[in-house]
Amino acid sequence: MKNEGETTERPDNTAFTQQRLPAWQPILSAGIIIPGFLLIGLAFIGIGVGLFLTSQTIQVLEWDYTGIAKDSPCFSCTIPNTPNCTCEITFALSELFKGPIFFYYGLSNYYQNFRRYGVSKDYNQLTGDTQYFKSPQNFCFPFDFDSKKNPIVPCGAIANSMFNDTFELYQIINGTKKQVPLDGKGISWWTDYNLKYRNPVPVDGSFPKAFDGTVKPINWPKPAYELDLTDQNNNGFLNQDFLVWMRRSALPDFRKLYRRITEGDYSGGLPAGNYSLTVHYNYPVMSFDGKKKVVFSNVSWMGGKNDFLGIAYLVVGSLCVVMSVVMLIVYAKFKFSDDDV
Amino acid sequence: MRLVKRRWKDVRVGDFVRVLSNQIIPADILLLHTSDPNGVCHMETANLDGETNLKQRRVVPGFSTPGKPFQPQTFSSTVVCENPNNNLNVFKGYVERPDKRRTGFGIDSLLLRGCTVRNTDDAAGIVVYAGQETKSMLNNSGPRYKRSKIERKMNTDVLFCMLLLFFMCLIGALGHSIWLETFTTMPSYIVPDRNGNYTPSVLAGFYMFFTMIILLQVMIPVSLYVSIELVKMGQIFFITQDVELYDEELDSRVQCRALNITEDLGQIQYVFSDKTGTLTENKMVFRRCTIVGTEYRHDENAARLAVVSGANEEEEDTLYQQTKLPKLPLEELQDSHTGDKNHANTQVTAANRHRSRVAAGAQCDMAFSTPLETVVVPDRKLTLEVDRQMASILSGPYLDFFLALAICNTVVVSTVTAQRQRDKGRSNSDGSFHIMGQWFRKGSLRNVFSSMKFFKRDGETLADPFAKDEDEPDMFHSSDVSDSTTGQKVLSSEGEVKRSLSRTEEVCYEAHSPDEAALIHAAKAYGFTMVERTPYHVTVKLPDDTLLKFEVLDVLTFDSTRRRMSIIVRHPHTNEIIMYTKGADSAIMERLGNVFSDMSQVDNVAKQIAVKTQKDLDMYARDGLRTLCFAKKVISEKEFKAWFAIRQEALSAIDEKEERLMDTATNIENNFTLLGATGIEDRLQENVPETIQALRRAGMQVWVLTGDKPETAINIAYSCKLLDHEQDLVFTFSTNRKSVCKMRLEDTLGEVRRSSLSPGAEVQFRGNNSGFTLMEHSIGLVIDGPTLSMAMSDDLVEQFVELCKHCRAVLCCRVTPLQKSSVVKLIRQKLRVMTLAIGDGANDVNMIQAADVGIGVSGQEGMQAVMASDFAITRFKHLQRLLLVHGHWCYSRLANMVIYFFYKNVAYVNLLFWYQFYCGFSATAMIDYWLMILFNLLFTSAPPIMFGIMDREVSDSTLLSLPELYKTGQHSEGYRRSTFWIAILDAFYQSLVCFFIPYWTYNGSDIGIFSFGTPMNTVSLFTIILHLAIEIKSWTVVHWVIMIGSVLAYFIVTLAYSAICTSCNPPSNPYWIMHKQMADPMFYLVCTLTTVVALLPRYTLHVLRGTLAPSPHLGARQLERLPPSRREQRIREWRGLRDTCISPSLRSQEHSSSPCPTA
Repeated sequence: MKNEGETTERPDNTAFTQQRLPAWQPILSAGIIIPGFLLIGLAFIGIGVGLFLTSQTIQVLEWDYTGIAKDSPCFSCTIPNTPNCTCEITFALSELFKGPIFFYYGLSNYYQNFRRYGVSKDYNQLTGDTQYFKSPQNFCFPFDFDSKKNPIVPCGAIANSMFNDTFELYQIINGTKKQVPLDGKGISWWTDYNLKYRNPVPVDGSFPKAFDGTVKPINWPKPAYELDLTDQNNNGFLNQDFLVWMRRSALPDFRKLYRRITEGDYSGGLPAGNYSLTVHYNYPVMSFDGKKKVVFSNVSWMGGKNDFLGIAYLVVGSLCVVMSVVMLIVYAKFKFSDDDV
Repeated sequence: MRLVKRRWKDVRVGDFVRVLSNQIIPADILLLHTSDPNGVCHMETANLDGETNLKQRRVVPGFSTPGKPFQPQTFSSTVVCENPNNNLNVFKGYVERPDKRRTGFGIDSLLLRGCTVRNTDDAAGIVVYAGQETKSMLNNSGPRYKRSKIERKMNTDVLFCMLLLFFMCLIGALGHSIWLETFTTMPSYIVPDRNGNYTPSVLAGFYMFFTMIILLQVMIPVSLYVSIELVKMGQIFFITQDVELYDEELDSRVQCRALNITEDLGQIQYVFSDKTGTLTENKMVFRRCTIVGTEYRHDENAARLAVVSGANEEEEDTLYQQTKLPKLPLEELQDSHTGDKNHANTQVTAANRHRSRVAAGAQCDMAFSTPLETVVVPDRKLTLEVDRQMASILSGPYLDFFLALAICNTVVVSTVTAQRQRDKGRSNSDGSFHIMGQWFRKGSLRNVFSSMKFFKRDGETLADPFAKDEDEPDMFHSSDVSDSTTGQKVLSSEGEVKRSLSRTEEVCYEAHSPDEAALIHAAKAYGFTMVERTPYHVTVKLPDDTLLKFEVLDVLTFDSTRRRMSIIVRHPHTNEIIMYTKGADSAIMERLGNVFSDMSQVDNVAKQIAVKTQKDLDMYARDGLRTLCFAKKVISEKEFKAWFAIRQEALSAIDEKEERLMDTATNIENNFTLLGATGIEDRLQENVPETIQALRRAGMQVWVLTGDKPETAINIAYSCKLLDHEQDLVFTFSTNRKSVCKMRLEDTLGEVRRSSLSPGAEVQFRGNNSGFTLMEHSIGLVIDGPTLSMAMSDDLVEQFVELCKHCRAVLCCRVTPLQKSSVVKLIRQKLRVMTLAIGDGANDVNMIQAADVGIGVSGQEGMQAVMASDFAITRFKHLQRLLLVHGHWCYSRLANMVIYFFYKNVAYVNLLFWYQFYCGFSATAMIDYWLMILFNLLFTSAPPIMFGIMDREVSDSTLLSLPELYKTGQHSEGYRRSTFWIAILDAFYQSLVCFFIPYWTYNGSDIGIFSFGTPMNTVSLFTIILHLAIEIKSWTVVHWVIMIGSVLAYFIVTLAYSAICTSCNPPSNPYWIMHKQMADPMFYLVCTLTTVVALLPRYTLHVLRGTLAPSPHLGARQLERLPPSRREQRIREWRGLRDTCISPSLRSQEHSSSPCPTA
């Protein structure tokens, strides 16, 4: 007789193999959907209101200093071949501009996200590997060697195009200018400063000697080891402005952090009064219809000023509420077709 | 001479090879020597074709040297054979001896590689094909590649995707050119070449086109193809795992041989079925016979068969009464007729029990040997007649009839000593002698016992159990027939059984076809037992235990053209040369000795016999029995010699051997003396009518194509509810003249058109009185082979197809295998429908291969059909579950998955595309490349695959009880062009949302490229995963694990990657970006808002559609939530509503109150 235990082909009669696993089978019924929509709507409206109000508390000051218009203070600097041009923007604050204040420079129509531009740097150089100082990687082409075949350090288009306008902010108190101290420390990402970028090891105790045999990027006025003459530690690849610039912007209209106002008399913000911003105008943008601006902004938990998100939340939230009402009408009209039985 | 052991790979053509018993044959070997005195060698071909019976192979004629060892040194002939081919059943060639004598040989001298030698101590021969050229290797072509309907559709959609990609790249290229044109002097961020020159903007745009292709190539869902393969593997796993499709008797699951057309099972519109072995059991049961004009009803045997099923009915009845309220016998009767669902269910269980019990008896690993088939209770009258002839004259038509039954076949006898010995497994049947004896006795005793019990019951209650089955003979009908008479009959038949048992215990038959098995067992029941068969002799034990050893002069094997087989033997006593022939009635009747043809020399007796036999045959056919005629011919010595010479010539022929052999056979097969005919019942498989009905309700057209004669076929068609006496208007087409055929076709078509015209009025009528629709006649068509070929000729084919479209059922009888396949091809091509062919025999192979989906029933007739099929099942009823449940699931799962996949890729790629508008069309990606790759490869790959394998909208039980749900697949509702474009549009919308909400949030800020891309990537992931969550219909643990796991994997991998990689993937620098973003509350706010906005429309649409226009599936899902009792009621309501829900106008009025199925 056939032995029962030997039926080898018999499939396992388990819930999994027989596709009978206990399952949750949601059916979109009115009972869940209408309150669901309503709940989401209300929550979103709540978030939206919060965001919007927060955004409203953030103060932003912004000046375009490109100098396109003839009467703008920096117009004179737009004329080509005016080296070391400075211009001055004066403004008045009627009330306290609360600190801590972030001081940005902004560029528009500037495509840092252009693909070939983006790849144009040598990570090995930037981690302080002097081996690559002599022979930069191909990514840097054509900014890897100058016309005399000297290697460029730091090579590449990004470094070469580094923003080099500088700013000084003064408060005008009784006609005298009082410089507002600008804090340039820690404006770059911590990871960039501490992990990602490394300066070359000084040769014979001299930092500039590490750069022997290389030339500065074509557009730079000074070599990398002389970027900040006031602070020896803010030189080379660990220069804060350099680090900020190297972190490419996602969109063609962007701003980058320049300094923070956190020190001295201004740690609580800029008090009401007259101010003057001196711009050392170096960076050409007119040729490609670019714009330059400076932005003063304070921040909240949600970062900078951003009305869009709050409004979007409000709109979507209201939409959900409206939808739930529409649903209610629809269901009322069609008599909850799944509940009437 | 010395034998050496060699590896298989070293065997070359021309080598002499000796194979021992139970060894596997290493190459195709021409058999030259065996240890068997008769020069035969048995081999088991189960490895090759799955057939478990032994095949007999013979030494090439003239080379047999019985008793001596094989002497290859003396072999000096040349072997010539045909080129290697993959036909397992045809082989021809000849051996040319040094003296130019040629001996032909065929497949019966060839040992096939992969088979096992059985029952023969050793066999030796010369290798004719080795290695890749062997027949078994040539047959290993692998499954044929079919492309499923969805895949075909999908491929065009992939083309659309490519077109879309092209346009996007074009936009990128143009945009880049135009963008570059806007600059009068190049800004510092555009990189010049070495000489300070810039690429011309047009050329830069041209380059950009190709760069864009690289960036956006994910648009073309290459991974979709891989995923589909994985999904299908999973689907197949679940199909084969289905315990409901497991056959206990054969210990086999459903086999999926084609791996890529699972979803086609869900789209079938036409089902073409074979009859024998597919609708029926193909377990032939000897029922009746007619000998020289006298019909023997075999009532006792009928009673025995009835008891086998009756015992079950009894059980079922008690079961039924336990579960339901007690009923009056009258009601009980009605119930069994109306086919109430509960009732049907209990019938199923009862039938299953029956089957398993039958299976329990079949421990001997042979085909056609269940007690149902082997035990025949002899007819008393006939036994007396046989005994009389045995006692007196030792010859006569009765004896001839049974001798023909016993020897005119190709059955191989396995006795205890010759019982095949196997090395392992359940098939080990040592000492089968005792077991066999036991179950012979057991089977018959049980039958007798139950029949006794039954009579008792019969006497006690007035309910007549047999009244249910109209096919049963009416011998038990009136209970007035006193118990004593029936009891007596039973007693006598019991004695009969014992008598036959005592004679026949020691043999075991291995038959190639179930008909042969049934016949030889019938002969055995009357005491004519074939005890030995060799190529030269066949020995029969007569009722008086004397042995009659016939010398076999020739065997004219069966072929489908002649439709008969003959054996020519020399009678040991009279020395006469006798030819016994059996065959289809037409094949015999037309060759009877001048009965009908020559009216001048009418042999009155012979004519009368023929007429009477024909009458009986017609009656058998009406009762759905398979008929075979038996005839005899005495051949004179001279005639035989003359014929035998021609025959030998034909046998050794190389060219046109088949034709010549057939000619010689036809030459001798004439002037028969009719002996009689047999009626063999082929019992309908269980649940065939239910299955056919379910398939019908699922919108499938069921056709039956059979080689049987119209009467038998129609009878079966009625009993399996293919045709219905009340509902169907049956047109029968059978003519030999084309003009008649044409006329009939036109007439019928006209009539059909008239009745189906003005459908609007009809619908209204139905709406008003839904009860009437039941009365409306649907059209059935019966057409026979010759007429079919006329109808399929070029000028009539259009009309024929048109007519077929209107028919509810079509039955084609007497069709050849080729016709079967051409019918399938015709319908498939003309009507552009999905076809399924199901069959079990070699004659169905063509049809199975021609259809979109071929299903093989692994039954009694070998494995050819299964080997040609895409899916192999064991019972016809499994088709219901395979199509309605698995087919439907596979279809909707795959369709949804494919759509989802398109959506997913487009949605993701478009993010990159929108970014191009803000990066000067420079092909910058704001997402790290590795994360982009992993996004498709890791984070979003498992959920759709799981979705494609495991999603389940409606449970199997609901799908089975509401076959109408299948129609979505038939009409390809899951995956249409419109569905595709909606998905693409949704993808565009979602990608716009996913891009622009972060864009507007971060625009003007100091955000870096990858910091900008990270929330987008995250949002994309959430959107894509939650989009799927909306689509998933049932959430099991696996769903939760994979969905949540995918999200977790995204965060873990991204966090790990951007923590480890300070600068490992220049120029992109994802270092610490994810961490920085996740520390920013804005990130979460952006993600939440974007995800909600992206999915809101789809979700709302789903909700509104569920409310305003619920699909039948939604209705079915709601049904599943009801308690079982309510569900039953609703399902019945639904079925009733089906007819009223036809027109949309009616629906709109009704849908407020009830969910109508939208077909």
